[in-house]
Amino acid sequence: MSSKICAVIDYGMGNLHSASKALEHVSNHNTQVLVTSDPDIIRKADHVVLPGVGAMRDCMSEIKRMGVDQVVAEVAKTKPLLGICVGMQALMNHSEENNGVECLKHFDGDVKFFGDNLIESQGTQAGEKLKVPHMGWNQVKQVAHPMWNNIEDNSRFYFVHSYFVDANNKDQIKGHGHYGKDFAAAIGQDNIFAVQFHPEKSHTAGLQLLKNFLEWNGQD
Amino acid sequence: MGLAKRIIPCLDVENGRVVKGVQFLDIRDAGDPVEVAKRYDEQGADEITFLDITASHHGRETTIHTVEAIAEQVFIPLTVGGGIRTVDDIRNMLNAGADKTAINSAAIYNPEFVKEAAEKFGSQCIVIAIDAKKVSAEGEPNKWEIFTHGGRKPTGIDVIEWAIKMTNYGAGEVLLTSMDQDGVKSGFDIELTRAVSEAVNVPVIASGGVGNLQHLADGITEGKADAVLAASIFHFGEHTVEEAKKHMQEQGIEVRL
Repeated sequence: MSSKICAVIDYGMGNLHSASKALEHVSNHNTQVLVTSDPDIIRKADHVVLPGVGAMRDCMSEIKRMGVDQVVAEVAKTKPLLGICVGMQALMNHSEENNGVECLKHFDGDVKFFGDNLIESQGTQAGEKLKVPHMGWNQVKQVAHPMWNNIEDNSRFYFVHSYFVDANNKDQIKGHGHYGKDFAAAIGQDNIFAVQFHPEKSHTAGLQLLKNFLEWNGQD
Repeated sequence: MGLAKRIIPCLDVENGRVVKGVQFLDIRDAGDPVEVAKRYDEQGADEITFLDITASHHGRETTIHTVEAIAEQVFIPLTVGGGIRTVDDIRNMLNAGADKTAINSAAIYNPEFVKEAAEKFGSQCIVIAIDAKKVSAEGEPNKWEIFTHGGRKPTGIDVIEWAIKMTNYGAGEVLLTSMDQDGVKSGFDIELTRAVSEAVNVPVIASGGVGNLQHLADGITEGKADAVLAASIFHFGEHTVEEAKKHMQEQGIEVRL
C-alpha cells in the first residue's frame, strides 16, 4: 500500500483526539494519521502537525524534554508542517505567557497577551470591553496561499486563546485576524503554515484547510 | 468583522437518549444523541453541549461511547458536563473527544478542584456550570444563590461572588442556568445573565428558559451573554439553529451563517 503518513506530534500536552479524527475524516483513507512522539516516525512522515493546548511554559518544556524541538527543526526544512494554536505560538521567538518563555524561533515575532482590559478599536462594537480569552468564531482575511484553496475569504474559524502572535515580518502573515487589535491568524513561510484557530473544530472551512494541508506539497 | 455570538444546542442525555424535562420533571424522549448532534451540526450550531444526567455507573460508560461517536462525526466544539467530579473524569471525556468539560456540584464541594483542573488541562477546557435561583424578594436588590440537586438544595453561595471566584481559579467560561426559568419557556433571567457577564472577564453562556427566537436575541443584547444555550426549541423541530441565527442577525447581532 502506497499510503502516506501524517504525523501528529504528541508531546504530552493533552487532547490530540480532535486533530487526528478530523485529519482522518478528510484523508480519504490514502493517508495514515499517526499520533506519535517517536522522532523516527515523524522523520518518515509526509506531513507533520504540531498541535498544542495549555500553557506555553509546559508546552515548551515538554517539547524540549522530548527532543521535539530538534525533529521540528529538521521537519521545518523539508516537509509540510502545520502548527495549530499553541503549536503556532511555539514557532515564534518568545511568548509573554508564564512570565516569559523562549520559543522555537522559526518565525520572527512575539506572542503577546490580549490584556485584562481589551477594548474594541473599530467597527460597530468600538469602545466595547472584550472578554479574554478570545473564544468563538471569528473571521480570517486571507493572503493568497494554497492552504486557503476552496475556502471563501473571511470565513469564520473557531478560536480559543488569550495570547496572540505579533509577527515582525508582515510578508509571513497569511491570514489576518482582529479582536480588539489586529493579530496574525495564520503565518507561513516555505513549507511551514501555522494557524491560531482550531481547524479541527471549525466545521466545513476547517476541514477543508486540513484537506488542503494533506494535499499540499509545501510550496507557496 | 468581529467575533460571532454563539448558539449552542444542549443535549440532556440519560442512558444514551436525549431527554428534556420541564424543570427536570416531565421527561420527553428526543432521540439518539449522535443523530441529534449531527442534525445541529448541519444546521450551523456553533458548539454542542452534552449534559449527562445519568446516575448509574453503567450509564457513564454509555456516555463515553456516545461522546466518542459524536466526536468522530461532528467537527465543532463539544462540551460535556454532568457528573464531572475528578481529574480522571475530565481526562476520560477529553480522550473521548470532548473539547471542554463543565464542572458543577464538584466545584461546590471542593473549589480547589477547578484550580487543579485548569492547571492540568488549561482554562480553555474548564467551564464552570452554575445553577442559580433568585432568592431576593420583590422590591429587594437582586440576589441569586446557587442550588444543587436539580434546583432543590440551596448552598448559601452567592452566584456573582462564585462566578468571580471560579474564574479566578481558572475556569475559562461560565455556563449560567437560571433554575427559575429552566423549562418554563418565558426567556432567560436577563438580570442574572447581565450581572454575571459584567462581573467576569470570561465568556458567559446564558441558559434556561428559551421559548422562542426572540429570547435568544434578548440573551445577547439585553443579557450581554457571549453565547446562548437552548434545548427544547430545537429538539422538537420548532426551530432550526439557522432560523435562530437569521433572527439574531436581523437584530444586528453578529453570527456565523
